Amino acid sequence: MARIELRDVVKRYGAVEVLRDINLDITDGEFIVLVGPSGCGKSTLLRMIAGLEPITAGDFLIDGARMNDLRPRDRDIAMVFQSYALYPHMDVARNMGFSMEIRKDPTEERKNKVAQAAATLGLSALTDRLPKALSGGQRQRVAMGRAIIRDPRAFLFDEPLSNLDAALRVEMRLEIARLHQKLGATMIYVTHDQVEALTLADRIVVLNGGDIQQVGGPLDLYERPANKFVAQFIGSPTMNVVPVSGTEAGVTIANGKTIALPHLPDTQQAVEMGIRPEHLDVVDPGAGDLNAVADVVEHLGSDTNIYVKVDGVGPLMVRKHGNIPAKSGDRLGLRVRSEKVHIFAPDGTALRRAA
Amino acid sequence: MSVAARRHPALTIGKYAALAFYLAFALFPLYWLLKIAITPDALIYSEGTRLFPSAVSFDNFRTVVFQTDFLAYFGNSLTVSLATAAITTLIAAAAGYAFSRFDFMGKRIIIALMLITQMFPLLMIIAPIYRIVGQLGLLNSLTSLIIVYTAFNIPFATFLMQSFFDGIPKDLEEAAMMDGCSRFQALRKVVFPLTLPGLGATLGFVFTAAWSELLFALMLISKNDAMTFPVGLLTFVSKFSVDWGQMMAAGVLALIPSCLFFIFIQRYLVQGLTSGAVKG
Repeated sequence: MARIELRDVVKRYGAVEVLRDINLDITDGEFIVLVGPSGCGKSTLLRMIAGLEPITAGDFLIDGARMNDLRPRDRDIAMVFQSYALYPHMDVARNMGFSMEIRKDPTEERKNKVAQAAATLGLSALTDRLPKALSGGQRQRVAMGRAIIRDPRAFLFDEPLSNLDAALRVEMRLEIARLHQKLGATMIYVTHDQVEALTLADRIVVLNGGDIQQVGGPLDLYERPANKFVAQFIGSPTMNVVPVSGTEAGVTIANGKTIALPHLPDTQQAVEMGIRPEHLDVVDPGAGDLNAVADVVEHLGSDTNIYVKVDGVGPLMVRKHGNIPAKSGDRLGLRVRSEKVHIFAPDGTALRRAA
Repeated sequence: MSVAARRHPALTIGKYAALAFYLAFALFPLYWLLKIAITPDALIYSEGTRLFPSAVSFDNFRTVVFQTDFLAYFGNSLTVSLATAAITTLIAAAAGYAFSRFDFMGKRIIIALMLITQMFPLLMIIAPIYRIVGQLGLLNSLTSLIIVYTAFNIPFATFLMQSFFDGIPKDLEEAAMMDGCSRFQALRKVVFPLTLPGLGATLGFVFTAAWSELLFALMLISKNDAMTFPVGLLTFVSKFSVDWGQMMAAGVLALIPSCLFFIFIQRYLVQGLTSGAVKG
């Protein structure tokens, strides 16, 4: 198992800087998720760790040893690809045991390990099939089996679930979580899906435009986003952000209502306020902080999503647990839970709460 | 129920009629070749355009095989075509892999130059080629034909191979490298087996091109013992007459290697021409 360190890692393609000064310490056995919108550099970072992409500058260390110039095969890292990358001309057993075949491990040992991994992943009945005769989920399992068999120092996952349908994705997500519990191996997982990130990660690294925006546990990112990007990227549905003007005591919304924020210092700098859809309460018209008209109401059974138009502010989204008997066109009052409010300075950074 | 079964029967009949017409149209010359080859010499002119000869004789084949230099021509053609196909495919596979996988300086220029070589008529460069080959002392040798055919087929074969390599996801090689392969091992164990259809298609294409080439063979070879089969066919044309029966018999025999070759690679070829059409 391994401790992975990235020190001021930079990636450039010609003059284009794709990743800037990436610093990251991954402890042994940690499950790290790299998340960000497409083009943020997360896959590139993973490929640099794998050795498939050269590192322009900075150091990449595993257990203190510099790995920058080592070939992929010498890094002892396994990777699960988005496309699964199963060898189409080899059956499942040979696919899974390919790394041992290359290492020239004894055939008996290889067969045992393949059988063991196949059993773990529920593939025992399929070992003599070719990849084209497998379903998406089974292919995904074979790809994971291929990684497990090697007993590598670290596992890399490059959006491994994005080619699966929704139900299978949930199932495989659980399976990956179990795998991590069982193996206790260091895992680095790339996804653009924040639900995967929140459910799997010990720590999440949010990337945007080649910079690390924030590193933290799932709840840290949800409750204390460092800036507006993280605030809007993490959490579903997306956080509402409305322009405000800061005062001594709190912030004033465009409709003239001031929300007192005693837990936040320096609210004078505030230009925007973020409030998650689940942190707005529906009250009688006129009774809350905001007056709104329901535009579209989505009943999900467990939750109700209400898209509202707020007088003098604009569209917002409200999410309430359970079934709210609201319908399109209804007038509602909304109360802002002031302790859940996030305030952003002009540069987008979130104001820190007073300790 | 399949779509075809639900169609109107007239449409189905029409479809097969069209196919039959096309097949007849395409195969008729071959039929005529065979027909003349098995018609006794005496009947060739007297029976004119009758579809079936009134008598069948294999004399033409016997004469061609035992009394002319046909077998020598045949052997020469086989040597030249097989060597050209093998060398071209080897070089084209290497070049195609490089074009598909690596970014290197001058890549675009090389591709452009290769395209340009395909753009002008071969007639234009016959004279210079003749001079070059002459000065190398390679006139009247099969080696000269192998070199010239290889040179002319490499660009197209390279593009063909490149598209086959492009159809093999890069992920597969990278996965193999993560699994402990060097790049060459990944190439040998993963990419090469998947490229077999492409290699088959390229081999077949180059073989056929070299097998039926006349222009350069005619120009570079004048000695009888180095003649390839297309040039040899012309020896059936003498000053005063054309030996149609023997010429056609030789033609039929010349079709055999091409047919065998395509039967042999047919499996790969069909795969090859359709691979990449669906993601799998």
